[in-house]
Parts: sequence; C-alpha cells; structure tokens
Amino acid sequence: MNLLVCISKVPDTTSKIAFTDGDTKFDTNGVQFIVNPYDEWYALVRALEIKEAVGGKVTVLNVGTADNDPTIRKALAIGADDAVRIDMDPKDSMSTAKQIAAYAKDKGHDMILCGKETIDYNGSQLGGMLAALLDQPYISYASKMEIDGNTATVERDIQGGKEVIEVQTPFVLSAAKGMAEARIPNMRGIMAARTKPLEVVEAVESTDATSILKFELPAEKGDCKYVDAENAEELLELLRNEAKVL
Amino acid sequence: MSTIVYVNTQKGNIIKASLEAVSYAAQMGGEVIAVQFGDADSADLGKYGADQVAKVAVEDFNPDQIARTLIAVGESNSADTFVMAHDFSGKAIAPVLSALAEAGLVSGAVALPAEDGSIKKAVFSGKAFAHMKVNTDKKVISVTPNSIEKKEAGKTAKESTVEAANSNVKLTVKEQKLESTDLPLTEAELVVSAGRGLKGPENWNMIEELAKEMGAATACSRPVSDMDWRPHHEHVGQTGVAIRPNLYIAVGISGAIQHLAGVNQSKVIVVINNDPEAPFFKSADYGIVGDAFEVVPKLLEKAKSMNLEG
Repeated sequence: MNLLVCISKVPDTTSKIAFTDGDTKFDTNGVQFIVNPYDEWYALVRALEIKEAVGGKVTVLNVGTADNDPTIRKALAIGADDAVRIDMDPKDSMSTAKQIAAYAKDKGHDMILCGKETIDYNGSQLGGMLAALLDQPYISYASKMEIDGNTATVERDIQGGKEVIEVQTPFVLSAAKGMAEARIPNMRGIMAARTKPLEVVEAVESTDATSILKFELPAEKGDCKYVDAENAEELLELLRNEAKVL
Repeated sequence: MSTIVYVNTQKGNIIKASLEAVSYAAQMGGEVIAVQFGDADSADLGKYGADQVAKVAVEDFNPDQIARTLIAVGESNSADTFVMAHDFSGKAIAPVLSALAEAGLVSGAVALPAEDGSIKKAVFSGKAFAHMKVNTDKKVISVTPNSIEKKEAGKTAKESTVEAANSNVKLTVKEQKLESTDLPLTEAELVVSAGRGLKGPENWNMIEELAKEMGAATACSRPVSDMDWRPHHEHVGQTGVAIRPNLYIAVGISGAIQHLAGVNQSKVIVVINNDPEAPFFKSADYGIVGDAFEVVPKLLEKAKSMNLEG
C-alpha cells in the first residue's frame, strides 16, 4: 500500500505559550518543536504497521519552510521511507489542504492519514478538507483499523461510543487514541533518516480562508480557595451558593 | 441572510450540543434553518431559535453526503453561514463542508462573533485563545459544546422534509457500539473524575455514587484508563477526550499538563488531593487537601442531603 501521512510541526506540549507583536504572533523564543503527537503516535505508526503487514511505502508530508526539516527527519527516523515538504509557511487549514491536494491528486495513494487535530491550533480541519478536495471518503477520529485487500474496517469515535465503518481505498482518515502505540526511534533509524529522500515541492497558488487577528491568554486563575478536609461538605455549599454550578 | 444549522440526533433525541448550535445561530441574528438528520421530536429546535426545520433521512453517516445536503438547503435559502457543534460529528462534517462550499471554517468557537465579525476559539490545547477572521463570503462555525448559553426564543419552527443530496463518496456504517451510560461525558455539565490516588479499581464505587447523586458523569486520568481500572472512553486529557463542563471535580489526580489540556476549559475546577504540592491546585478554583477516602464520603453524604440529582 502506498500511504501518505501528513505531519505538522508544533510546539512541544509543555511549552510556555506567549505572544509577540501586539499579541498577533506566537513567540517561538525558547520553544522546542516536535512532530504533532497525534500525527506521529497514531497516524504515522499505524501507517508503518500497515506497511509492515502488507508491504508498500510510507511517505510523510509537511507543508512548511526549511526550518521544518529537522522535525521531518524525526518522522523519517521513526520509519517513514521518504518525505515531501511543500515549501510554504502555512497560516490556514484550507490553503494547507489545497497545497496537499494539488500534490497528492495524481500520486495514487491508497490512504492519507493525519492526526485527530494539531496541538497548536486544535482545528481538526485538515483531513476533512483534503478528503473533500480529493473527492474521497473521510473518517474522523479513527481509533482502530483493519485492512483486508482494498477494504478497511475502521472504528471511529462518536458521542458516547464507537461507530464501525467499512470503506474502500482510497480514503482519508484522522487518527485518534487506540490506533497505535507510540514508537521511539532507535539509533539505526536516526542514522538512516539523515540520508532518506526529502523532496521539496514548490507551493501552488492558494489564499487563506481564515486569518488570526489576535491571540489572547486566558484570564489568570484567582487563588485556589481551600476547604478544610474536616469540613469537606462545605465545598458543596460553596459550589451552589458562590460558584453557582450546582 | 440566513444560517443553516446541522442538527444531529442519537437514540431518538436531538443531542444537546446541536441545540446549543441552534441557539448560537439564533443569537447571531437572521433566519435560522435547522437541518435535522435522524428521527426525533424537533420542538426544541424552535424553542431555541430555529425558524424552519428541514428533516433529512440518510442511511449512513457520510460526511460528504451530509455536507452536500447542508449546502443544497443553504443554496435554496441564500444562506451564507453554517453552524454546527464542534463534537465528533461536527468535526467530521465541518471541514468537508468548508472545502466543498469554499467557506472558511472556524472550528471550536467559544463565543458569538464580535462586532468586527471575529470569532474567538481556544488554541494551544486551551492555553490561549485566538480571534479568527473569515476571509471568504461564506463561513462555517463549529461551536465548542457547553461554551455558550442556550437562550429560549420560544419559536415554533415550520417543518419540512428534504431529500439527502447525492454523493459519489461511499462508506458504510456497519455497527454502532454505544456505551450503556445515560450521560455521555462530552455532554455532561458536571463531571467527577478520579486518578491513581484512588489506589485501585475497587475503590470507584464512591466516585460513581457521588457522580450519580450529583447528576454528574464520571471520568478518569490516563494512567487509570491505561491500567484498565476504568473504560477508555472515560479518559480525559490530551490523548483522551477534551471536555468543558461547568464543574470538574478531580479526585487523586496530580494534574499533569497533558491532563490539564483536556479539562482546563472547565468553568469551575475542584481538586481533592492528599498532596498539598500537587500541581493541579494551581489550576483549581477550590481545593481540599485530604484523603480521598475521608473526603469523598463526606461529599456524598452532603450531596444526598442537598438532593442535587437532576
């Protein structure tokens, strides 16, 4: 199977979030960047497992500038065969999806995988847009997938449970918890990643469907109000009369 | 101008997050057309602001077909805005709709559009907000469940039936596996959650009892679901479910950053932990430093006397 995994570069989970330029830009000062965890743990690793089971090739794709290359190499170290970087600084999901669709439309991938969302903009948008642009089925929040020939049986998250879907390749899915277990790259993988092909593709013309006008940090939490463990029941009075949530 | 709202149903009822989406659209102004997929009493749609209800029957949950149906209803009503819940179904449909309709998508809105038309949403896993501007003529807004107040509009919506649109994209739903719980975690306004501090799965009775007495859903931290002390669907946090209840009570959870990412948008957070240094207290509105096995029974007894359920 010919598998394409879309990966995003995001600030590490524990990063301190701050903004510059009048709160219009994310402050990257001192921030460590990683492959978006859901793209890596769930989408990429499941793609590798499928390749290991049925043969084929796993390509990782990133839309970004040359600054992203070290992050893309991390995905190669985990086991992807090759990488593509579409040379554009992405600002919006729609224009990013259009870049990927323009690249992927004649490549004959059997499956395109991405994570359930990115941990920076939390949009959960790319996979669905890509599916629509390629006129393929979209399965969101897939937590389990079995492949039999060209037929995939996929479990996806729905409110209060799971839904089992049968779909033929090619299709697009976003991967969630349950799809695969995270893999840690070994030294051989890291060495091999240095020489694996990373093709840089020129961006096509696209316009941003949305823009971020301004960022805002949440209001500081007031101090925690402590209730004595001896009189724990007072908590519920406070929740009813003061916080008014009961 | 008018707004199209995607309305989802489950077990013969309209889901709460869809009613919130209808109310969101009504509070934006203009005519509101609710497009209801699946059979359910639609009286509440008018109550929260729908002027029209278009009912559609589809065989499978196919995001492409649903999106095309919404677009078709939108075209016959000159709609420029589409609204739906940012829940599992909205996350599947909104991006497909956005690309098919060339309509910019703001996913996970937490407030009504501001005067300049910008829409606020949470970013960086709840650690910040962004004010988004849509550059296209049409727009799609998906609304984070439990983030806006539903307002009663007291309308009686005009009902009609519409045909589902054609779709070249095929997928088949073979089966739905629904948890037996009456209150899905993502819909709950009150949540009682517990972690490793409870020491073993056999100690969850008091958590379940407290939740039941309060009319709350139960949740858990990642280690607890990883060890199979609790079912996976209860896991809240970065890798599990992200929730935004009015009240989140965390018992015996230290509050790692990955856990906070799933709950930091809760309106009120209560932390109960025997370790006064637990990092979760920094994000808490109320805290009790004490042994869960002494504190929770006291809360349970009090909850019973307050008659909170329902």
